[in-house]
Amino acid sequence: MSVFDDLVGQTRVVEQLTSAVRAAGDLLRGGPGKGMTHAWLFTGPPGSGRSTAARAFAAALLCPDGGCGHCDACHQALTGNHADVELVRPSGLSYGVKETRALVLRAASVPTGGRFQIVLFEDADRATEQAANALLKAIEEPPPRTVWLLCAPSPDDLVVTIRSRCRLVTLGAPSPAAVADVLIRRDGIEPELAHRVAAASQGHIGRARRLATDAETSRHRDEVLGLPSRLTGIAQCVDAAAKLVAAAEGEATATTDELNDSERSALRQAFGEGSTGRGVAKALRGSAGAMKELEDRQKSRATRIKRDSLDLALMDLTAYYRDVLALQVGAQVALSAGDREPELRHLAGSSTPDATLRRIEAIMQCRERLQANANPQLAVEAMMMALRTG
Amino acid sequence: MAATRRSARVTLAPVNVVVGDEELLVDRAVRALINVAGETNPGAADPAIEGAEVHDLAAGRLTPGDLIELTSPSLFSVRRVVVIRSAQDLGKDLAAEITAYAANPAEDVSLVVVHAGGAKGKALLDGLVKTKANRIDCPKPTRPGERIDFIRGEIRTAGRTITESAARGLLDAVGNDLRELASACGQLAADTTGTIDDEIVARYHRGRAEVSGFNVADRAIEGNSGDALEQLRWALAVGTSPVLITSALAQGLRALAKVGGAPRGLRGPALAKELGMPPWKVDRVRQQLRGWNAEGVAQATQVVAETDAQVKGGGADPAYALERAIHAIIAARAPRR
Repeated sequence: MSVFDDLVGQTRVVEQLTSAVRAAGDLLRGGPGKGMTHAWLFTGPPGSGRSTAARAFAAALLCPDGGCGHCDACHQALTGNHADVELVRPSGLSYGVKETRALVLRAASVPTGGRFQIVLFEDADRATEQAANALLKAIEEPPPRTVWLLCAPSPDDLVVTIRSRCRLVTLGAPSPAAVADVLIRRDGIEPELAHRVAAASQGHIGRARRLATDAETSRHRDEVLGLPSRLTGIAQCVDAAAKLVAAAEGEATATTDELNDSERSALRQAFGEGSTGRGVAKALRGSAGAMKELEDRQKSRATRIKRDSLDLALMDLTAYYRDVLALQVGAQVALSAGDREPELRHLAGSSTPDATLRRIEAIMQCRERLQANANPQLAVEAMMMALRTG
Repeated sequence: MAATRRSARVTLAPVNVVVGDEELLVDRAVRALINVAGETNPGAADPAIEGAEVHDLAAGRLTPGDLIELTSPSLFSVRRVVVIRSAQDLGKDLAAEITAYAANPAEDVSLVVVHAGGAKGKALLDGLVKTKANRIDCPKPTRPGERIDFIRGEIRTAGRTITESAARGLLDAVGNDLRELASACGQLAADTTGTIDDEIVARYHRGRAEVSGFNVADRAIEGNSGDALEQLRWALAVGTSPVLITSALAQGLRALAKVGGAPRGLRGPALAKELGMPPWKVDRVRQQLRGWNAEGVAQATQVVAETDAQVKGGGADPAYALERAIHAIIAARAPRR
């Protein structure tokens, strides 16, 4: 058993990382440590396991046996509780310069376990340009035992100055067979279901598992894939867009509402609510600024969840039209929505590959617009109308 | 509201409540009350000059006991008016003090309580009304028709007349703020002679003070390019955000799509309910639908989505993007049959 067992279909990456771990051991014993470095950038398509790989690497670096997978260090690092792993997971739309400066300071501490101080920055592409610039110095010349692990979808998502300071680890999208295999082996999912969700998720392991285990997720996907055949008139387009956006909003509220309330009351308590004595009223009045800051953060988090949810739906639609295109040009690939094959064949027969490409283009354009802070309802409406027109 | 607009005759009671949140109207009502008090001042040789002794107090500055001090008998038997502004902000103790006084008011004192209406401090208002205080309502004019009535009333008070269309032009040019409207009316009445008509208004006022994105969207969807562009320029000139204009355009097109694609058999209220729009809106969109087909709406929606990206930083000039969008929307309308 090893910490790298969960990396599905990434043999090359596992090799690269294990040799780095060996070199790290050499470094700790006072050797030259050739093959180990202080900054790593994990890239790969969503769901390929960037953060899983980074976390496994962190565990292997902290484990005295180079990643045995069952010692305390491995276990703590994998669950994100290790004292020497600073886990950064931006929950809002962006990661600002103020937080980054604090992070740089924490990254400079001496490892308590005597091995490495690791900063694991998931979604490093969310760092603002200023934040990225604040990282530069720390990444270029960190203290001797500090290791930076950054994750981003592609190297181009980071400014070139950061990219050039990191060693690249490139993960590929695992094949549906590999995904299905890990679902059966690790999560004990029925083989037939595992193969279906593996194809549907297009190599996204986390999503495949959610589709297999969460009824709500698969119901939502079904609803989204039911949309194209219902776009008969423009009123239906507007209606479909409204439903999609409402579902995304619903998901955002469901995830954040409770959390928001508890965060707010925790902050008010920190400012002395409920206590008595001199100065309490004054302290509470002073909480307005901090409250505003918290609410801004919460809003940004809700927007991000909404966007992510819409984006997932759009990716499902893209896969749907990719299937249509595959049928149209007679490509020998597995369909992502195999259960809808008659419908796909009908659509393939009644439209041209050009139209299908234009539809995929419209979905991609909608994604770009959403990223650029467009009005979600308008962007999705425009997309739906383009899907209808073809 | 006719009673409150510079009322010819207000009655002054020992306790008066002026209810309303339109500052100008409230001020006028209070001043009218004070004037009445001055005229009835028993000790003054010339009421116009001496008038009444006025204590104008804001709720925030009032402390317990002030009221008793101000309303206790005076040596000089001067008529006194005590005005308490923003009484809705008064604390519970002070409110109780006022209500207690209102039940048993002093003879030579007139108390004027100014209350914004609404839910805040409602107990005080209810308490005063229960003691048979003289309640004067100053409702805010909300519809354009009421504002035009206001303008005509202003001009009439100045002993002049104004034509309907001139009043409308003045309202467009000055905006909805009553104080500004009142002073514009005052200026027109002072500087001109005869009936005030369009020409006189145009000499002093031009342009539009308030243009919303919806004005622009309606004109564009109706296919009136000249008007639409003019409204757009005004809207941008008075500081309407381009984002609001694109969202108004999107809403207009959305309404077209909804009403155009509604089930055939539905009519009237049933249709309005199905679409989630007020009935008058459905009727208006029906009118606008003439000259549109489904392809046109789809095309126009693409244009607006593109424009939305451009006004949010995707393009160099939001004004240009919007003008182009209006041209494209009008071009997307089906050719007239």
